[in-house]
Amino acid sequence: MPGNHNNLPLLTVDRLVAGYTGPVVGPVSFAVQPGEVLGLSGPNGAGKSTILKAITGEARRFEGEVTPCNGLTVTHHQQRPELPPELPLLGRELLRVMSADRRDAPAIIQPLLDRPINRMSGGQFQLLEAWACLGGDAELVLLDEPTNNLDGDAMEALADFIRAARPPRAILMVSHERDFLQANCSRIVEVSHRKAET
Amino acid sequence: MSDFILFDPMFRMPFLIGLLLAVGLSLIGAYLRMREEWLAALGLSHMAAAGGIAALPLGIPTLVGALVFAAVAALLKGVLPRASNNHYGLMLLLGWGGALMLAANTHQGEVVGEALLRGQLYFTSQPHLIAAVVLLLVLFASLNWLSPRLLIERFFPDYFSANRIPAWPHRLLFGALVVVAAVLGTLAMGAMSAFAMFFVPAWVAFVLVRGWRRALMLTVAIAVIAYITAFVVSMLLDQPFGPSLALCLALTTSLRLFANRAARLSGAPGE
Repeated sequence: MPGNHNNLPLLTVDRLVAGYTGPVVGPVSFAVQPGEVLGLSGPNGAGKSTILKAITGEARRFEGEVTPCNGLTVTHHQQRPELPPELPLLGRELLRVMSADRRDAPAIIQPLLDRPINRMSGGQFQLLEAWACLGGDAELVLLDEPTNNLDGDAMEALADFIRAARPPRAILMVSHERDFLQANCSRIVEVSHRKAET
Repeated sequence: MSDFILFDPMFRMPFLIGLLLAVGLSLIGAYLRMREEWLAALGLSHMAAAGGIAALPLGIPTLVGALVFAAVAALLKGVLPRASNNHYGLMLLLGWGGALMLAANTHQGEVVGEALLRGQLYFTSQPHLIAAVVLLLVLFASLNWLSPRLLIERFFPDYFSANRIPAWPHRLLFGALVVVAAVLGTLAMGAMSAFAMFFVPAWVAFVLVRGWRRALMLTVAIAVIAYITAFVVSMLLDQPFGPSLALCLALTTSLRLFANRAARLSGAPGE
């Protein structure tokens, strides 16, 4: 994993107001430290996913700053990843393009390596994509509702993936599963609905 | 007599041009399908046809007119933040309508329009051969660099912006390859047959094999076999090449019936 960030924040979000055609969320401020698992919690529609998209540049920043440390590498596991219906890409081929095709892939991932993604269930594909993000070299991994579609065993495997992360790797995770956040995050930031502008 | 026509040196260059394009168009078509942009091929090939006819009153070569129209359409598509098959459908309507209107109102337009919409493989010449060779060389030389970027963008769309890696180089290169392939395919095979070459082989291959590399190889194999079959049939039976190719490719879709058997043998979803 590249970079020595001398315990400076990997990412600083300062009074961010973000959205699409108009503001959806904010102002919100937090910093992601090396090695921590930071959770974003809040009601549906509060704009938690929009914060992640503002960090990656997919959503628009109306106010405030998002400041990554120099050379920060990021992967983003998006909410409800779409399972392409007829794409014969093997699990290991997807992992390879994300530099996550490690020999020590977790046991739950092993059966998926030689299976085409079009023959995976939604939960299996969700878990494979999460591992594609967590098994690579990115210093900051953004996970958006990673427990969607997962059964109990798969959720436990995902928790193992998250716990295996080592500094300077940090994880910023959005989930509506409050229990999952509390069990796996070192810190949780609450995101509330943006007040209507008058 | 038929054998004599088939092996006539006069037809060697058209055969070779079509063969090269079968490889290039089908391979690019696999990536268009992976990106769910396969309708782009139909839109661009019709824009190329309109450009080829518009070249007549402008006094410029058909190839240049077709390239300019298709490139402008691709650039406009690139400006849209989320181009989709809706936009490619609109491109198709504009290209088809524009081509026929231009053909109806241009001296010799009807003849050229007919040739572009139906294909004129037997009248292709050295410039087409050079362009087809360059297309394939650039495609194969860049594929190891281009392929992972296109795959990453398909599954992790904001990977490049998140890591401040410029995405325009691979988007521009892929867009240019699609435009050149669509133009050459339209000039040689006709708009609809070129689209069939982009669309059908990958559609069939993707359900028959496991693995991206195998799917690409089978895509090209289906394209080449259908092309050779169409070339031979059209020569032996004295039929127009473009429709023969479209029909041969359409017949290969029956192979999709084996997909369910292949799925049963290799495990059902979620197994």
